[in-house]
Amino acid sequence: MSVASETQSQALSGVVAAPLHFLMGALNAPMVFIQKRFGIGGMGAVFLAPNMLIFSIFVLVPVAINFAYSFSGGMAIFFGERHFVGFEQYQTLLTCADYTQPATCREDAFWQSIHNTVFFVVVQVTVLVLVALVTALVLNREMRSRGFWRAVFFFPVLLSPVVVGLIWKWILQRDGLLNAILVEYGLERTLWLAERNWAMFWAIFVSVWAHLGFYALILLAGLQAIPRDLYEAAMMDGTRAFRTFWRITLPLLWPNLLVVITLVLIRAVQIFDEAYVLTGGGPGTSTLFITQYIYETGFAHVLRNLGLASAASMLMGLVLVGLTLLQLMASSRRNREGRA
Amino acid sequence: MKSFKTLMLSALALTFTASTSLAATEVRIMWYSDGNEGEVLEDMVKRFEAQNPDIKVVVDNVAFGVIKDQLPVQLEAGRGPDIVRVVELKSQAKHWLDLRSHLKDAAIFEKNFSNTLDWMREDGSNALPGFMTQLTITGPLVNTTLFEQAGVPVPGEKASWDEWAAAARKVAQNQKVPIALAFDRSGHRFMGPAISMGAKVIGADGKPAVVDDGFKAMAQGIADWHKDGTMPREIWGGVAGTTYKGANDEFVNGQVAVYFSGSWQVAQFSQKIGDKFDWSAGTEPCGPAACTGMPGGAGLVAVKYTQHPKEVARVIEYLASEPVVREFSERTLFLPAHLGVAAKGVDFKSKDPNVKKSLDIFLKATQSASPIALKMQSYKWSGAIYASVISRLGQVVAREAQLADAYARIEDDIKQKVAEASR
Repeated sequence: MSVASETQSQALSGVVAAPLHFLMGALNAPMVFIQKRFGIGGMGAVFLAPNMLIFSIFVLVPVAINFAYSFSGGMAIFFGERHFVGFEQYQTLLTCADYTQPATCREDAFWQSIHNTVFFVVVQVTVLVLVALVTALVLNREMRSRGFWRAVFFFPVLLSPVVVGLIWKWILQRDGLLNAILVEYGLERTLWLAERNWAMFWAIFVSVWAHLGFYALILLAGLQAIPRDLYEAAMMDGTRAFRTFWRITLPLLWPNLLVVITLVLIRAVQIFDEAYVLTGGGPGTSTLFITQYIYETGFAHVLRNLGLASAASMLMGLVLVGLTLLQLMASSRRNREGRA
Repeated sequence: MKSFKTLMLSALALTFTASTSLAATEVRIMWYSDGNEGEVLEDMVKRFEAQNPDIKVVVDNVAFGVIKDQLPVQLEAGRGPDIVRVVELKSQAKHWLDLRSHLKDAAIFEKNFSNTLDWMREDGSNALPGFMTQLTITGPLVNTTLFEQAGVPVPGEKASWDEWAAAARKVAQNQKVPIALAFDRSGHRFMGPAISMGAKVIGADGKPAVVDDGFKAMAQGIADWHKDGTMPREIWGGVAGTTYKGANDEFVNGQVAVYFSGSWQVAQFSQKIGDKFDWSAGTEPCGPAACTGMPGGAGLVAVKYTQHPKEVARVIEYLASEPVVREFSERTLFLPAHLGVAAKGVDFKSKDPNVKKSLDIFLKATQSASPIALKMQSYKWSGAIYASVISRLGQVVAREAQLADAYARIEDDIKQKVAEASR
């Protein structure tokens, strides 16, 4: 490096460093104050405080309000004008002769929505995770136009759920694109959204289509983080492709897979927007999911039953907390095993 | 010097204008539009302001969802606009302002809107909170071109529901259209025909008594028409709960012989169908008890929490006056609730012959609506009844439940809702 360019570089560093030094100096005084006031152990809490405040206002307080509403009755919107009813709303929801038969339950729509949600979660999560994994594996290979294909799979993620629902509704309705193609080829028109099984199939299919790209991207990032030399070593040892996948890819991808499974699971339990636009919960109640039940009970009726809706959402919240705890347990076990 | 004088005079004029406009009391109207009524209202407001320079009217055009979801919360909090256009009139009646002491002539007002004022009053009250901007009535809309091509006469006055269904089936089969009879998925839409079949809906004690022979007759009809393909399953059976579903697109695309919906469709059908085919409202199908549709509509009401009740009353009095209501109805193609205007007839401003014919039929239907149907508009449990009826009959159509189970569930649902709301 010449003397001139070295001098230039030093001058540039000085220009950048000066305001930085000033800023650090300015921050020094409050930092010293905080440290003296709260001690080193309390510094973390001080830094977390703004975030916790926002979290409390927008999450914890609404949860607390919801909890309180679930013990109240009547049609009034404001809590002060509502009546305390104890566990009555929970009792209404949980009164059932046979939990496997929603028709025998007092609040049959609630139990039907639980049945539908469980079925949806089991099938959708399995299918979505598997398809996302396969997609990520394919997109991770050397291929022509790889960037294009990645964009193709990711594109639906950019669409609003309402748009996704509407697009597929137009495709699947009586005079939609799919029936037009079938009729063109001399096949029978099918009422895709008016047949129970087809409606659930399409609700799952559309949900997988809409979210696949996002989860495939997470898995793709995980795949790309796996060191290449492991694969090269396996290749030199003549390991078969499936064994390589089973012994190298899957274990090293597991943390990402766990994140994907948890996110997909939580999202699946909360399914509402695109399914609501696509099927409206029908035919009958065959695609009525728990979130739509809560929405309808609390907001769609002229006589809003906020107490019952709050109780249902508390029960749903409990399930979500359970799922999150399961994920935390699985990931901490994994971490312990990793350290061992 | 001359230019200085001009400048000073201009400044004075500006200051005067500004102070006048500053002195004007602001009245805010929260308004939603289905069609062109927002623009028509703006014209009228401008004229009102010209005649009343001490009042500035601000029209806040909002989506219907704002009125449905946000307004109730505002009202519960003792806030809200000064005036609002709203459909849920009865259930929010405690928030409306009684204008009687502020109106110039409350008696004329009451006379012109006598049969709809109860829709916006609390039970037992004789308050005068506003007026209906338009009436609606449910009824059949007929694709007359399809009927003509099929050589099937459109059922006339006193034709029964069975005759209507049979005619629609004949037309659909002959013309190979997929839907013979479409019917809005709505408890409100169902209730008119049920009343025609003899449903009483309200018991002697004033509590809901929904499931009776008349109700069952219409429910059975709906179930049967879905079974034999007269009605398409994807409308009533296609969605869950109380979700509304119509067949507007199907009718506009010429795939429906008869569509049971209502007068509010006329303006948009005229616009969307154009000259593709002829269509018209049909007379109300009959049952053994009546030939009635269900009336309804939107009202413009004063909100109790306004700071300017006198000015609000002047705005409402102007908008409810006969010439204004007449012009509003003529330009928006809405049926007037003003009895004087309705009695003299309305010259609906449309070049589409289907519009005039349809609105005349609907206007006549509003004047012959059954007393039970009229009473339902001011009945505090009508919302609970409609919600329960549509969700349970929807399950029957989707083959999830039998009619007998649905009847039991309807009664139980309504009982629960009434109990919850009566706490």
